[in-house]
Order: sequence, then C-alpha cells, then structure tokens
Amino acid sequence: MGAIIAKDKETSSLEDLAAQALDLARGQGASAAEVNAGFGRGLSVTVRKGEVETVEHHRDKSLSVTVFFGDRSGSASTSDFRSQALSEAVLAACVIARHTAADPYNGLADPAHLAREIPDLDLHHPWELSMEEAIDRARRCEDAAFAADARIRNSEGASVTTHDGIDVYATSHGFLGTVRASRHGVSCAVLGEDGQGGMQRDYEYASVRDARDLPAVEEIGRKAALRTARRLGARQIKTCQVPVLYEAQVARSLASHLVSAISGPSLYRRSSFLVDSVDTALFPAWAHLYEEPHRRKAMGSAPFDSEGVETRTRDLVKDGVLRRYCLDSYSARKLGLVTTGNAGGVHNLMVAPGPDDLAGLLRQMGRGLFVTELIGFGINHVTGDYSRGAAGFWVEGGEIAYPVEEITIASNLRDMYKGLVAVGRDVDYRHNVCTGSWLIERMTVAGA
Amino acid sequence: MTNETLHSRNLERARESLLAPAGIGVGELDQVMGRMLGHQVDYADLYFQYSRQESWSLEEGQVKAGSRHIEQGVGVRAIAGEKTGFAYSDEIVLPALLDAATAARAIARGGREQTAALTARNASALSLYEPVDPLMSLEDAAKVALLERVEQEARRLDPRVKQVMASLGGSQETVLVMRSDGVMAADVRPLVRLNVTVIVEQNGRRETGSSGGGGRADYGYFLTEDRALSYAREAVRQALVNLEAAPAPAGTMQVVLGPGWPGILLHEAIGHGLEGDFNRKGTSAFAGRLGEKIAAETCTVVDDGTLAGRRGSLNVDDEGTPTQNTVLIERGVLRGYILDRMNARLMGMAPTGNGRRESYAHLPMPRMTNTYMLAGETPPEEIMASVKKGLYAVNFGGGQVDITSGKFVFSASEAYLIENGRIGRPVRGATIIGNGPDVLKRVAMVGNDLALDTGVGTCGKDGQSVPVGVGQPTLRIDGMTVGGTEE
Repeated sequence: MGAIIAKDKETSSLEDLAAQALDLARGQGASAAEVNAGFGRGLSVTVRKGEVETVEHHRDKSLSVTVFFGDRSGSASTSDFRSQALSEAVLAACVIARHTAADPYNGLADPAHLAREIPDLDLHHPWELSMEEAIDRARRCEDAAFAADARIRNSEGASVTTHDGIDVYATSHGFLGTVRASRHGVSCAVLGEDGQGGMQRDYEYASVRDARDLPAVEEIGRKAALRTARRLGARQIKTCQVPVLYEAQVARSLASHLVSAISGPSLYRRSSFLVDSVDTALFPAWAHLYEEPHRRKAMGSAPFDSEGVETRTRDLVKDGVLRRYCLDSYSARKLGLVTTGNAGGVHNLMVAPGPDDLAGLLRQMGRGLFVTELIGFGINHVTGDYSRGAAGFWVEGGEIAYPVEEITIASNLRDMYKGLVAVGRDVDYRHNVCTGSWLIERMTVAGA
Repeated sequence: MTNETLHSRNLERARESLLAPAGIGVGELDQVMGRMLGHQVDYADLYFQYSRQESWSLEEGQVKAGSRHIEQGVGVRAIAGEKTGFAYSDEIVLPALLDAATAARAIARGGREQTAALTARNASALSLYEPVDPLMSLEDAAKVALLERVEQEARRLDPRVKQVMASLGGSQETVLVMRSDGVMAADVRPLVRLNVTVIVEQNGRRETGSSGGGGRADYGYFLTEDRALSYAREAVRQALVNLEAAPAPAGTMQVVLGPGWPGILLHEAIGHGLEGDFNRKGTSAFAGRLGEKIAAETCTVVDDGTLAGRRGSLNVDDEGTPTQNTVLIERGVLRGYILDRMNARLMGMAPTGNGRRESYAHLPMPRMTNTYMLAGETPPEEIMASVKKGLYAVNFGGGQVDITSGKFVFSASEAYLIENGRIGRPVRGATIIGNGPDVLKRVAMVGNDLALDTGVGTCGKDGQSVPVGVGQPTLRIDGMTVGGTEE
C-alpha cells in the first residue's frame, strides 16, 4: 500500500452519497445496484465584437441509479441530493423494475473484468480563471481574428470556457471508482464577406485538460479568420465522381461511424451494415485503428469504462482486418462474447497516421475534392449508405483551386473504408477520436 | 376553462411546488431581484423549473428498460445592453438564489444594490393544453402493455419484420418566470411521445423504417384514433418500401415534397435564418431583408405557438410572453422575425413569444414553435402530373443549416423517382441540399393539402434541444440538388 492521500471534501461527499444510494437500493430488496454520481462547475465567457456578450456560471450535479431484482432492472436519476429526493429516486427505479421484463443478460459487469487499480491519467488540472481574465483572453482571441484579414467584418464571438468535475461510479458488488477531470477551451467563430453579398463563417478551437497546454489565443483567432476567409467566393461544382480528401477534423466522423456500426446494440439488433464482420478485411492492409484509454491528459482517457471494467490499449483494426467489436457487458452476454471495456463508448480511438502531411495528401489526390465541413445526417447505419452536405475546396494539380459549397458527397461506408487510400500525419488530438486527414479513392459529388 | 383561470391555477400550483417548500415568498423574490437591479442592469429574470420525465423502451418483444428523471432548479439572468450574465442553481433556496444573482449581475459594473419593490403582475397566457400529468395517466403495467401491442402489430403485418424497437416517453414540467418588470407567469406543460423503428430483412438485405407521434397531452392520446398502432403500420410500410429502393440519383432536378413532416425544409432553410439573434448580429443570410421578396408569391409561412395540444405549442414562452401566430413570410415577402425579449428590445421590435430554453440551466434564445407554410390551391395530383422527371420526397430523417451561407441539407428516408407525372420506383440514400434565401423562390406549385407533422420534432441550437412542430402542403421546387450515388 502506498501513502494514504486525504480525499478532498467534494469527492468524499459524492462517494458517501453513492454509498447511501446503494444502501437504499439494498434496503428496497434489490439484488444488485449501480450508481453514477457527478458534480461539476465551470465558467464560460463569450466576447463578441470586442464587447462581453455572455458570462455563464455552471454548477451541475446529478445522481443516477440502476437497480436489479434478479434479471429485472429499473433506472432513475435526480439532480436533488437531499435524502428524501435520493430515497424517491431509488424507489422510482425499484417501481420500474417491477414492470420490466426479466432479461437473463442483465446485470453488473463480471467482477473478473473490473479495474483493480485506478491509474492517475493526469486529467485534473483545475484552472483558477477569473471572469476578467477570461474576458481578456476572449477579447484578444477575437481581435486577432479581425486583424488577420480585412474581409472579416462580423463575428459570432470568441469564447473561453473552463470546467472541473468529479464522477463517481459505485456498485453493490464492491466497485468504487472516482475520476476527477478538467476541460478547458478557447473557440472563435467569425464571418467574412466576399463583396458580392455572400457571407461565410468558420471557426477554430482548442480543447485541453490542462490550461498550460492551450495555444496562444491569438493563434486561434488568426486560424478562425483564415479558415473563414479561404471559403469566400465558394461555388457549386458539377456532379462528378472523384477522390475525396477529408480534413482531419471531419475525417474523425468516419471513424465514429465505424464505432457505431460495431457497437453491441447495433449488432445484437442486427441494425448495422457491419454485422458478422469481425475478422474480415474492412480496410486496406496497412490500416491500423486502436484504443489507447490511458493516454495522459487526453480528452478520451478513462481508467475504467462506465461499468467499472478495466480499459487498456487494444487493437480495433489491424492489417486492415476488424479484430473485435465494441461491447459492454450486456451486449457481450447477448452475443456470447466478452466485454471489451466499451460501456459508454471508445476511449481515445487512435487512427495510426501515415507518412504524409496534408500538403502531401493533396498532391497524392491530384484532382478532386478537399472537404473541410460536413452538414446533415445522411447516414443509414443499417445499409451503410452515406450522403452528406459538404463544403470545401476543389483541388487541381495537387493544389487548392477554389472554395466549393452546396454539394453533397455520397457513397457507402463499406466502399469508403475499403477505398481508403491514405491517412495523414496531421493528427487532430482535440477529441476522443484522434486521426489525421483521410483520402478516399472515389465518391459521388452532387452539384449543379 | 378560461385563460385567466387556467393561468392563475398554474401560477398557484407553480408557487406551491417551486417556491413554498423553500419558504420563498414575494419579499425574498424582491430581495433577489434587488441584488441584480443596479443602474446598469436593464432587465433581469428568474426561471424556476421542476420537471419529471420517464421513458420506457422495448426491444426483442420485451420492455426491458425504464427510467425516471427528476430535475429542478432556478436560472438567474441579468442583462445590461447586449451583455448577459447568467448563473443557476439546482437548489431552490434563498442563499443559492442570492449567490446566483450576485454572479449574474457581475457583468454590469458600478450597479448599486436596490430594493426592488416588485408589484407582481400576472402575465396573460393561453390555454392550449390542460395541466395533466402524463406519468400518472396510465398504470405502469399499461404503459408496458401499450408498447407490447405496438410491437405485436408491427410483427403481425409482415414476416419480414425482424426487429421492432419502440419507446414511450412522457414528461411534466412546471415553470415559473419572474421578470424585473414585475410580470410573473407560470405554465404546467405535459408532453408525450411514442416512437417505433422496425428493421425488415429480405434475401440478406436489411432496411429500416420509423414512425411516431405525440403532443402536449397525456398517454390517452395514443389510445385514441388508433394512433399507437398506426405508428407501427407506418414504420413497417416505410421499411418495406425501402427494401425495394434503388440508389438515389445525383444532380439537379425538380423535387416534389410531400405534405407534413417535409416541412422540416422550412424549419431548416428559412426558420433558423429568421431567428432574431442571428439577424440582430447580422450573421444570417436573411439579415436586413425585411420587406424584401424572398419567396414565390404563393408562399406564406408562419410560426404558430398557439395550436392546441401541439408538441411545439406553449401557453406562455420561457420569458413569460404568451405565444402567438407570427407571419414570417406573407405572399413571398419577408414580414417578421422570431424573437425573444432581449433581441426584440435591441432590434426595436415586439417580442413574438419565441423565447425558449432547454431548462433552467440554459439561457433563453429565440426558437421556433410550430413552423409551417399555409395551403395553396393546387391539388397534389396536379403537382405530380406536372413533373416529367424528378424526385418525390415523402419522409425525411434530419436536416441542418449553415445560417450564414444559407446552405441547408436534409436526408430523405422515403423517396421515389417521378417519371412522366407518375410516382416511380423508390430510391434510398437521397440527400437534398440547397440555399435558404433562394429555395422558396424556386417554389413552382403549392398544394391545397396542408398537413402538420405527427409530433416528433426536436430542434437543436447551440447545444439546447426543444420540442417543435413543422408542416406544409405538397410543394414542387425546381432546380434542387439531389445527392445520391447514381449519375
């Protein structure tokens, strides 16, 4: 045993509350129970055209409980932590459990899979940010955007946010895990005018665990301005079939669609285009996707999943072949498999980068479409059909020729994965899914 | 029940459930307001909310999951010019209220504490739904049985139905708004919904279909007019159509939009662009265009929060303003914006009862209620007959808009080719993209068959979700870009 570190008051009171809820559930005759209790606080400031627009103080708490009576379950949650409200929530969950059907796959995670040690992943770096300092940073960020390009004439503002939270997960079979984590961000969205009545908007942002890792706010403002300005004068292109290069921050969505298609519920409902696809080659042989849940300070890090199951670095796609699904205990039992520690989703899904940077990928594409923004929800997860609104740039001779908008790009996700030509080394680390840009062999672009 | 008696009952009930337990009376509210109203704060409000919601879900023939959620709190807002200070608390007690007020007013400097003597005036409010409690309107066992019946109906219809997922949800929300101008308003809002999704399979091919509905009522809504089972039938019909669907075409063509839910096009392409905040800031493609012709003369579009029992309707908005029927576009001319109080004041216009918020922990914004186009004169068959080659889009998944460039996109979940004036084979994966300020100018024909959606819409803006309604008659729009895979 190492040194006993005194827990702070907030953590212990949240852990006590979780224990109380478990006791209440036991008192109601539940055979098992699990509790999530969370507390968070934050500050968010927006400055627009140099003036303060909003100052928001956040303070949230909630507790949710799931009770099991044998194979039946019920859930309830409350934002009121007083003992009467807590009792009412537990009781409500128990009442629901009386009416739900017995499901033999129900229940807590198998104790053998629970995390035994909870590593410190360096996620908690509270930021003593005063309102005045937040305003000053937001103002400097937006000023830099206006100064970067004369065509930037309007703004949706620059924001600085900080959040600090505690999450406790406790079960009746003895698991208690607490994670303290902070999250800080700077963002800026500005508008440009093309002189012919057309307007464009784009943005830039940073999201980190430790405020010391934030880039200079002026840099974020400048990037927002450049991203906006380069879109001015966008036009439609003719319908065609061409290679498409997804910029890293939109390529992330393609990896997320994969996760959703191989997640437990989609599989046991057979509502996925990737049912029965484990051990098949979905990607070209060089492709490598893996989870790295214990990356220090990363946005998607978690010492255990939302059922207390141990998380560890594991391949998802290796040599182009899908190695496993993303399962929680319930879906694993239904499928006759073992949980993969993915209750609550993936934790730092990393797409292994290739040798080329963005410029290199543009050259490799030669002629085609470079997509920097996607809109709409045109993904059918049952068939894999894909059709989304897009904006970006037409590329000729490996270089950006002009901005493009009001088009859709369409294909089928299965074909897109198979047709992945390259992944860039321009990795975007701001999210739970970290990838560089993706070059896709061929898609249908619909336009004029 | 007259409006006044419903509203005073709602007020009484809100005071009893939100303020009385904490011992908060008029004196305490004055004290909290007084803390905010210095000489630089133009406006302040308190928003108390208590909500209870539940959901039950069925898959594989059994209701295996249910949950109940209780939430309460108070949001405190102070406005000085264009600045907003905001804080909230999930504990409705005086010290927390005073702390929140101190934090909120910090945006305005130099303000001295005042003793606000608020003579509370009760706002007027509409009477569009009763303060019923959906959660108590049906025994829990009957909620489960209802979902099971929906499932059985879907499976009975066709052996190709392999999966049925159904969910039932209900909530009741009690809100109390106290404004610095002395107005006090309350509302008790029921809301129910039932959704069905089916997966059908034939020769190894799987397709999906979804349907559902709801409104501001209790669960009895689904038991009348055979509604619950009709959602099951509709989901199965759609899924079976999709089994026969071929890949959608790509390119520019004439598009006929069916009545009802396809009104999501108006919501996305026009509605968001007419919200007051974007127009005040000049970030919308519609900014500064009041009085301009932005649509074909046959187009009149309204946002109407006053439809009885509708999902998007409110007796009073989240700032205590009664909702209204606002004309946005009249015979093609832009007439009005969707406004909350702050943007209305800054724009020198009257609020339209569109100040809405997801909860006490979110700031109000101008949001739509029920947005729809009024009926025209052309029978839908005539519209269909006028198209030589095009796309007929009947149902949509979701849509999104970039309000600055005006570009919008939405995805058809049920669509057909039109060939020589007739509905041809179904197509899958069609996405429609267009330009908001331009699309209504391309409306060539407006049907006489106005329909509203069944009550399933949820609109997201800046991370806040609110229930909304949409509607329209059959429309023919020329020269729209359809994004499919077939050239």
